[in-house]
Amino acid sequence: MKITANAVAGTLESSDVYVKVEPCDTLEIEIESVVYNQFADDIKASVKEVLDELGVESGRISINDKGAIDCVIQARVETAIKRAGGNK
Amino acid sequence: MRRSMLFIPGNTPNLLMNGDVLGSDAIILDLEDAVSPAEKDSARILVRNALKHLHYKGCEIIIRINPVDTEYWQKDLEEVIPLKPNLIMPPKVSCAQDVKTVSDYIAKLEEKCGFEKNTVKLIPLIETAMGVENAFQIAGADERVAAMFLGGEDLTADLRCKRTKEGNEIFYARTRLVCAARACGIDVYDTPFTDVDDLDGLYKDAQFAKSLGFTGKASISPRHVEGINEVFSPTQAEIDYAHEVMETIRIAKEQGKGVVSLRGKMIDAPIVERARQVIEMEKAMFGGVEDDE
Repeated sequence: MKITANAVAGTLESSDVYVKVEPCDTLEIEIESVVYNQFADDIKASVKEVLDELGVESGRISINDKGAIDCVIQARVETAIKRAGGNK
Repeated sequence: MRRSMLFIPGNTPNLLMNGDVLGSDAIILDLEDAVSPAEKDSARILVRNALKHLHYKGCEIIIRINPVDTEYWQKDLEEVIPLKPNLIMPPKVSCAQDVKTVSDYIAKLEEKCGFEKNTVKLIPLIETAMGVENAFQIAGADERVAAMFLGGEDLTADLRCKRTKEGNEIFYARTRLVCAARACGIDVYDTPFTDVDDLDGLYKDAQFAKSLGFTGKASISPRHVEGINEVFSPTQAEIDYAHEVMETIRIAKEQGKGVVSLRGKMIDAPIVERARQVIEMEKAMFGGVEDDE
Protein backbone atom coordinates (compact mmCIF):
# COMPACT_ATOMS: atom_id res chain seq x y z
CA MET A 1 0.00 0.00 0.00
CA LYS A 2 1.27 3.45 -0.88
CA ILE A 3 0.78 6.47 1.35
CA THR A 4 -0.66 9.04 -1.02
CA ALA A 5 -2.20 11.55 1.40
CA ASN A 6 -1.93 12.82 4.94
CA ALA A 7 -4.04 10.95 7.48
CA VAL A 8 -4.43 10.57 11.24
CA ALA A 9 -5.92 8.00 13.61
CA GLY A 10 -6.31 7.57 17.36
CA THR A 11 -6.49 10.10 20.16
CA LEU A 12 -4.30 11.67 22.82
CA GLU A 13 -6.28 10.03 25.62
CA SER A 14 -4.65 7.74 28.15
CA SER A 15 -3.96 4.22 26.82
CA ASP A 16 -4.37 5.43 23.24
CA VAL A 17 -1.94 6.68 20.59
CA TYR A 18 -2.21 9.42 18.00
CA VAL A 19 -0.77 8.42 14.65
CA LYS A 20 -0.05 10.78 11.78
CA VAL A 21 1.12 9.57 8.39
CA GLU A 22 2.37 11.65 5.45
CA PRO A 23 3.78 10.85 2.02
CA CYS A 24 7.58 10.84 1.94
CA ASP A 25 10.26 9.44 -0.40
CA THR A 26 11.91 7.50 2.40
CA LEU A 27 10.57 5.63 5.41
CA GLU A 28 10.73 7.68 8.62
CA ILE A 29 9.27 6.65 11.98
CA GLU A 30 9.15 9.29 14.72
CA ILE A 31 8.16 8.28 18.22
CA GLU A 32 7.07 10.38 21.15
CA SER A 33 5.90 8.42 24.15
CA VAL A 34 5.23 8.71 27.88
CA VAL A 35 7.24 5.48 28.19
CA TYR A 36 9.88 6.32 25.55
CA ASN A 37 12.90 5.24 27.60
CA GLN A 38 11.48 1.80 28.34
CA PHE A 39 9.55 0.98 25.18
CA ALA A 40 10.68 3.06 22.18
CA ASP A 41 12.28 0.05 20.48
CA ASP A 42 9.22 -2.12 21.09
CA ILE A 43 6.90 0.56 19.72
CA LYS A 44 9.06 0.94 16.62
CA ALA A 45 9.08 -2.84 16.07
CA SER A 46 5.33 -2.90 16.49
CA VAL A 47 4.86 -0.12 13.92
CA LYS A 48 7.29 -1.78 11.51
CA GLU A 49 5.35 -5.05 11.70
CA VAL A 50 2.18 -3.31 10.48
CA LEU A 51 4.08 -1.46 7.72
CA ASP A 52 5.52 -4.77 6.50
CA GLU A 53 2.13 -6.48 6.58
CA LEU A 54 0.59 -3.67 4.53
CA GLY A 55 3.59 -3.43 2.19
CA VAL A 56 4.39 0.18 3.06
CA GLU A 57 7.93 1.06 1.98
CA SER A 58 7.92 4.82 2.32
CA GLY A 59 6.20 7.54 4.31
CA ARG A 60 6.60 9.60 7.45
CA ILE A 61 4.94 7.93 10.44
CA SER A 62 4.63 10.04 13.60
CA ILE A 63 3.60 8.29 16.79
CA ASN A 64 2.42 10.18 19.88
CA ASP A 65 1.91 7.42 22.43
CA LYS A 66 -0.04 7.85 25.65
CA GLY A 67 0.71 4.43 27.07
CA ALA A 68 -1.10 2.29 24.50
CA ILE A 69 -0.59 -1.46 24.44
CA ASP A 70 0.79 -3.18 21.36
CA CYS A 71 -2.52 -4.15 19.74
CA VAL A 72 -3.82 -0.59 20.10
CA ILE A 73 -0.71 0.91 18.50
CA GLN A 74 -0.97 -1.53 15.62
CA ALA A 75 -4.70 -0.84 15.15
CA ARG A 76 -4.16 2.92 14.99
CA VAL A 77 -1.20 2.63 12.58
CA GLU A 78 -3.21 0.32 10.31
CA THR A 79 -6.17 2.71 10.35
CA ALA A 80 -4.03 5.75 9.55
CA ILE A 81 -2.26 3.96 6.69
CA LYS A 82 -5.48 2.68 5.19
CA ARG A 83 -6.95 6.17 5.40
CA ALA A 84 -3.82 7.61 3.77
CA GLY A 85 -4.08 5.05 1.00
CA GLY A 86 -7.67 6.03 0.30
CA ASN A 87 -8.95 2.78 1.80
CA LYS A 88 -11.41 3.72 4.53
CA MET B 1 -24.68 -18.22 32.51
CA ARG B 2 -25.33 -14.74 31.29
CA ARG B 3 -27.01 -12.40 33.78
CA SER B 4 -25.32 -9.11 32.92
CA MET B 5 -24.11 -7.69 29.61
CA LEU B 6 -21.95 -4.57 29.77
CA PHE B 7 -21.62 -2.19 26.82
CA ILE B 8 -18.07 -1.08 26.02
CA PRO B 9 -17.46 1.57 23.32
CA GLY B 10 -15.51 -0.01 20.48
CA ASN B 11 -13.16 2.88 19.93
CA THR B 12 -11.99 3.44 23.53
CA PRO B 13 -8.77 1.53 24.30
CA ASN B 14 -8.71 2.02 28.08
CA LEU B 15 -12.18 0.48 28.44
CA LEU B 16 -11.55 -2.28 25.90
CA MET B 17 -8.40 -3.33 27.75
CA ASN B 18 -10.28 -3.83 31.01
CA GLY B 19 -13.44 -5.41 29.67
CA ASP B 20 -13.06 -8.68 31.55
CA VAL B 21 -12.36 -7.25 35.00
CA LEU B 22 -15.61 -5.35 35.41
CA GLY B 23 -17.62 -8.32 36.67
CA SER B 24 -20.15 -8.76 33.88
CA ASP B 25 -20.98 -12.18 32.45
CA ALA B 26 -20.78 -10.77 28.92
CA ILE B 27 -19.30 -7.66 27.36
CA ILE B 28 -20.80 -5.99 24.31
CA LEU B 29 -18.08 -4.38 22.21
CA ASP B 30 -20.02 -1.65 20.48
CA LEU B 31 -19.38 -0.65 16.88
CA GLU B 32 -22.74 1.11 16.53
CA ASP B 33 -24.04 4.02 18.61
CA ALA B 34 -20.86 4.51 20.64
CA VAL B 35 -18.82 5.14 17.49
CA SER B 36 -19.19 8.18 15.24
CA PRO B 37 -19.49 7.59 11.48
CA ALA B 38 -16.00 9.06 10.93
CA GLU B 39 -14.46 6.50 13.29
CA LYS B 40 -16.23 3.32 12.16
CA ASP B 41 -13.11 2.07 10.36
CA SER B 42 -10.92 2.81 13.35
CA ALA B 43 -13.21 1.06 15.87
CA ARG B 44 -13.59 -1.99 13.65
CA ILE B 45 -9.82 -2.48 13.45
CA LEU B 46 -9.32 -1.77 17.15
CA VAL B 47 -12.00 -4.27 18.21
CA ARG B 48 -10.56 -6.88 15.85
CA ASN B 49 -7.10 -6.41 17.38
CA ALA B 50 -8.53 -6.52 20.89
CA LEU B 51 -10.23 -9.84 20.12
CA LYS B 52 -7.00 -11.17 18.64
CA HIS B 53 -4.64 -10.14 21.42
CA LEU B 54 -6.59 -9.65 24.64
CA HIS B 55 -7.74 -12.83 26.31
CA TYR B 56 -11.05 -11.87 27.82
CA LYS B 57 -11.34 -14.44 30.57
CA GLY B 58 -14.56 -15.50 32.21
CA CYS B 59 -16.89 -13.45 30.08
CA GLU B 60 -18.66 -13.89 26.79
CA ILE B 61 -17.91 -11.60 23.89
CA ILE B 62 -20.76 -9.97 22.02
CA ILE B 63 -20.15 -7.56 19.13
CA ARG B 64 -22.82 -4.99 18.36
CA ILE B 65 -22.47 -4.38 14.64
CA ASN B 66 -24.09 -1.58 12.64
CA PRO B 67 -27.66 -1.97 11.30
CA VAL B 68 -28.30 -3.81 8.04
CA ASP B 69 -29.51 -0.63 6.33
CA THR B 70 -26.05 0.98 6.69
CA GLU B 71 -22.88 0.57 4.65
CA TYR B 72 -20.94 -0.69 7.68
CA TRP B 73 -22.40 -4.00 8.90
CA GLN B 74 -20.74 -6.31 6.38
CA LYS B 75 -17.31 -4.78 7.00
CA ASP B 76 -17.91 -5.14 10.74
CA LEU B 77 -18.59 -8.85 10.31
CA GLU B 78 -15.63 -9.36 7.97
CA GLU B 79 -13.28 -8.04 10.66
CA VAL B 80 -14.69 -9.83 13.71
CA ILE B 81 -16.06 -13.19 12.56
CA PRO B 82 -12.56 -14.69 11.98
CA LEU B 83 -11.94 -14.08 15.71
CA LYS B 84 -14.98 -16.16 16.70
CA PRO B 85 -16.90 -13.87 19.05
CA ASN B 86 -19.61 -15.75 20.98
CA LEU B 87 -22.45 -13.63 19.67
CA ILE B 88 -23.22 -10.91 17.15
CA MET B 89 -25.81 -8.32 18.11
CA PRO B 90 -27.46 -6.80 15.05
CA PRO B 91 -29.33 -3.62 16.09
CA LYS B 92 -32.72 -2.33 14.92
CA VAL B 93 -33.89 -5.78 13.88
CA SER B 94 -37.46 -5.34 12.71
CA CYS B 95 -38.33 -8.60 10.97
CA ALA B 96 -37.18 -12.19 10.43
CA GLN B 97 -35.54 -11.21 7.12
CA ASP B 98 -33.12 -8.88 8.95
CA VAL B 99 -31.95 -11.90 10.96
CA LYS B 100 -31.64 -14.08 7.85
CA THR B 101 -29.63 -11.39 6.05
CA VAL B 102 -27.07 -11.19 8.86
CA SER B 103 -27.03 -14.94 9.45
CA ASP B 104 -26.44 -15.74 5.77
CA TYR B 105 -23.48 -13.38 5.65
CA ILE B 106 -22.01 -14.84 8.84
CA ALA B 107 -22.44 -18.33 7.31
CA LYS B 108 -20.36 -17.28 4.28
CA LEU B 109 -17.62 -15.91 6.53
CA GLU B 110 -17.71 -19.00 8.77
CA GLU B 111 -17.26 -21.22 5.73
CA LYS B 112 -14.38 -19.09 4.49
CA CYS B 113 -12.70 -19.38 7.92
CA GLY B 114 -13.29 -23.13 8.07
CA PHE B 115 -15.58 -22.85 11.11
CA GLU B 116 -18.44 -25.20 11.81
CA LYS B 117 -21.80 -23.75 10.75
CA ASN B 118 -23.58 -21.69 13.42
CA THR B 119 -20.42 -21.30 15.52
CA VAL B 120 -21.25 -17.64 16.07
CA LYS B 121 -24.70 -17.03 17.55
CA LEU B 122 -27.02 -14.05 17.25
CA ILE B 123 -28.73 -11.84 19.81
CA PRO B 124 -30.98 -9.50 17.82
CA LEU B 125 -31.59 -6.10 19.37
CA ILE B 126 -35.28 -5.25 19.20
CA GLU B 127 -35.78 -1.49 19.40
CA THR B 128 -38.50 -0.59 16.95
CA ALA B 129 -42.28 -0.92 17.15
CA MET B 130 -42.13 -3.23 14.12
CA GLY B 131 -39.48 -5.35 15.82
CA VAL B 132 -41.63 -5.73 18.94
CA GLU B 133 -44.64 -6.76 16.87
CA ASN B 134 -42.50 -9.29 14.94
CA ALA B 135 -40.66 -10.59 18.03
CA PHE B 136 -41.90 -14.19 17.72
CA GLN B 137 -40.88 -14.44 14.04
CA ILE B 138 -37.49 -12.88 14.85
CA ALA B 139 -36.87 -15.28 17.76
CA GLY B 140 -37.60 -18.26 15.53
CA ALA B 141 -36.05 -16.90 12.33
CA ASP B 142 -32.80 -18.83 12.42
CA GLU B 143 -30.98 -21.55 14.36
CA ARG B 144 -28.31 -18.99 15.13
CA VAL B 145 -30.62 -16.88 17.32
CA ALA B 146 -29.69 -17.65 20.94
CA ALA B 147 -31.34 -14.70 22.66
CA MET B 148 -33.14 -11.40 22.12
CA PHE B 149 -32.43 -8.05 23.69
CA LEU B 150 -34.85 -5.17 24.19
CA GLY B 151 -33.57 -1.65 23.54
CA GLY B 152 -35.81 0.79 25.39
CA GLU B 153 -34.29 4.09 24.30
CA ASP B 154 -34.69 3.75 20.53
CA LEU B 155 -38.00 2.00 21.02
CA THR B 156 -39.55 4.88 22.94
CA ALA B 157 -38.31 7.28 20.28
CA ASP B 158 -40.05 5.11 17.68
CA LEU B 159 -43.19 4.96 19.84
CA ARG B 160 -43.02 8.76 20.18
CA CYS B 161 -43.25 8.64 23.95
CA LYS B 162 -41.00 9.64 26.82
CA ARG B 163 -38.68 7.10 28.41
CA THR B 164 -39.32 7.04 32.16
CA LYS B 165 -37.73 5.27 35.12
CA GLU B 166 -41.03 3.53 35.86
CA GLY B 167 -41.02 2.08 32.35
CA ASN B 168 -44.80 1.88 31.84
CA GLU B 169 -44.23 2.88 28.21
CA ILE B 170 -42.21 -0.28 27.52
CA PHE B 171 -44.29 -2.73 29.59
CA TYR B 172 -46.01 -4.18 26.53
CA ALA B 173 -42.70 -4.57 24.68
CA ARG B 174 -41.08 -6.25 27.67
CA THR B 175 -43.81 -8.84 28.13
CA ARG B 176 -44.14 -9.46 24.41
CA LEU B 177 -40.41 -10.08 24.04
CA VAL B 178 -40.29 -12.41 27.04
CA CYS B 179 -43.23 -14.42 25.73
CA ALA B 180 -41.81 -14.61 22.18
CA ALA B 181 -38.35 -15.62 23.39
CA ARG B 182 -39.62 -18.25 25.80
CA ALA B 183 -41.98 -19.66 23.16
CA CYS B 184 -38.91 -20.23 20.98
CA GLY B 185 -36.78 -21.56 23.84
CA ILE B 186 -34.23 -18.73 23.85
CA ASP B 187 -32.97 -16.25 26.45
CA VAL B 188 -34.17 -12.66 26.67
CA TYR B 189 -32.41 -9.54 28.02
CA ASP B 190 -33.78 -6.32 29.35
CA THR B 191 -32.84 -2.79 28.31
CA PRO B 192 -30.21 -0.91 30.37
CA PHE B 193 -31.24 1.37 33.23
CA THR B 194 -29.76 4.63 32.08
CA ASP B 195 -29.41 6.66 35.30
CA VAL B 196 -25.89 5.61 36.25
CA ASP B 197 -26.05 7.19 39.73
CA ASP B 198 -29.43 5.79 40.79
CA LEU B 199 -28.51 2.37 42.20
CA ASP B 200 -31.83 1.95 44.04
CA GLY B 201 -33.64 2.59 40.77
CA LEU B 202 -31.42 0.03 39.07
CA TYR B 203 -32.30 -2.64 41.65
CA LYS B 204 -36.03 -1.98 41.30
CA ASP B 205 -35.86 -2.00 37.50
CA ALA B 206 -33.82 -5.22 37.44
CA GLN B 207 -36.12 -6.92 39.97
CA PHE B 208 -39.14 -5.96 37.89
CA ALA B 209 -37.48 -7.31 34.72
CA LYS B 210 -36.69 -10.57 36.52
CA SER B 211 -40.29 -10.84 37.72
CA LEU B 212 -41.46 -10.63 34.10
CA GLY B 213 -39.21 -13.51 33.05
CA PHE B 214 -36.08 -11.82 31.65
CA THR B 215 -32.88 -13.87 31.80
CA GLY B 216 -30.74 -10.85 32.59
CA LYS B 217 -30.16 -7.21 31.84
CA ALA B 218 -27.74 -5.04 29.91
CA SER B 219 -25.82 -2.16 31.42
CA ILE B 220 -24.13 0.93 30.10
CA SER B 221 -22.12 1.40 33.31
CA PRO B 222 -19.78 -0.92 35.23
CA ARG B 223 -21.44 0.46 38.39
CA HIS B 224 -24.64 -1.43 37.53
CA VAL B 225 -23.05 -4.83 36.94
CA GLU B 226 -22.95 -5.99 40.56
CA GLY B 227 -26.59 -5.10 41.15
CA ILE B 228 -27.74 -6.87 38.00
CA ASN B 229 -25.74 -10.00 38.86
CA GLU B 230 -27.22 -10.02 42.34
CA VAL B 231 -30.81 -9.63 41.18
CA PHE B 232 -30.54 -12.29 38.47
CA SER B 233 -28.74 -14.83 40.68
CA PRO B 234 -30.78 -17.31 42.71
CA THR B 235 -30.86 -16.55 46.45
CA GLN B 236 -29.45 -19.06 48.96
CA ALA B 237 -33.04 -19.90 49.99
CA GLU B 238 -33.92 -20.64 46.34
CA ILE B 239 -30.81 -22.81 45.97
CA ASP B 240 -31.58 -24.71 49.17
CA TYR B 241 -35.18 -25.25 48.08
CA ALA B 242 -34.06 -26.48 44.64
CA HIS B 243 -31.82 -29.09 46.27
CA GLU B 244 -34.67 -30.11 48.58
CA VAL B 245 -36.94 -30.57 45.56
CA MET B 246 -34.41 -32.76 43.75
CA GLU B 247 -33.75 -34.81 46.89
CA THR B 248 -37.48 -35.31 47.44
CA ILE B 249 -37.88 -36.48 43.85
CA ARG B 250 -34.94 -38.86 44.20
CA ILE B 251 -36.37 -40.44 47.35
CA ALA B 252 -39.84 -40.69 45.79
CA LYS B 253 -38.38 -42.50 42.77
CA GLU B 254 -36.58 -44.96 45.05
CA GLN B 255 -39.80 -45.65 46.90
CA GLY B 256 -41.77 -45.97 43.69
CA LYS B 257 -44.07 -43.08 44.55
CA GLY B 258 -45.79 -41.32 41.65
CA VAL B 259 -46.92 -38.19 43.45
CA VAL B 260 -44.82 -36.36 46.06
CA SER B 261 -45.12 -33.21 48.08
CA LEU B 262 -42.70 -30.90 49.84
CA ARG B 263 -43.67 -28.45 52.57
CA GLY B 264 -47.31 -29.29 51.88
CA LYS B 265 -47.10 -28.49 48.18
CA MET B 266 -47.24 -31.01 45.36
CA ILE B 267 -44.01 -31.25 43.38
CA ASP B 268 -44.99 -31.21 39.73
CA ALA B 269 -42.99 -30.97 36.51
CA PRO B 270 -42.69 -27.12 36.39
CA ILE B 271 -41.35 -27.06 39.97
CA VAL B 272 -38.75 -29.71 39.12
CA GLU B 273 -37.78 -27.83 35.97
CA ARG B 274 -37.35 -24.59 37.92
CA ALA B 275 -35.27 -26.40 40.54
CA ARG B 276 -33.04 -27.77 37.75
CA GLN B 277 -32.57 -24.26 36.35
CA VAL B 278 -31.63 -22.90 39.79
CA ILE B 279 -29.07 -25.69 40.30
CA GLU B 280 -27.64 -25.05 36.84
CA MET B 281 -27.21 -21.38 37.78
CA GLU B 282 -25.59 -22.41 41.06
CA LYS B 283 -23.11 -24.60 39.18
CA ALA B 284 -22.32 -21.79 36.76
CA MET B 285 -21.83 -19.33 39.61
CA PHE B 286 -19.83 -21.45 42.02
CA GLY B 287 -18.88 -24.61 40.05
CA GLY B 288 -18.26 -28.04 41.45
CA VAL B 289 -21.75 -28.64 42.84
CA GLU B 290 -22.68 -32.31 42.73
CA ASP B 291 -25.75 -33.45 40.87
CA ASP B 292 -28.71 -34.36 42.99
CA GLU B 293 -29.68 -37.02 40.50
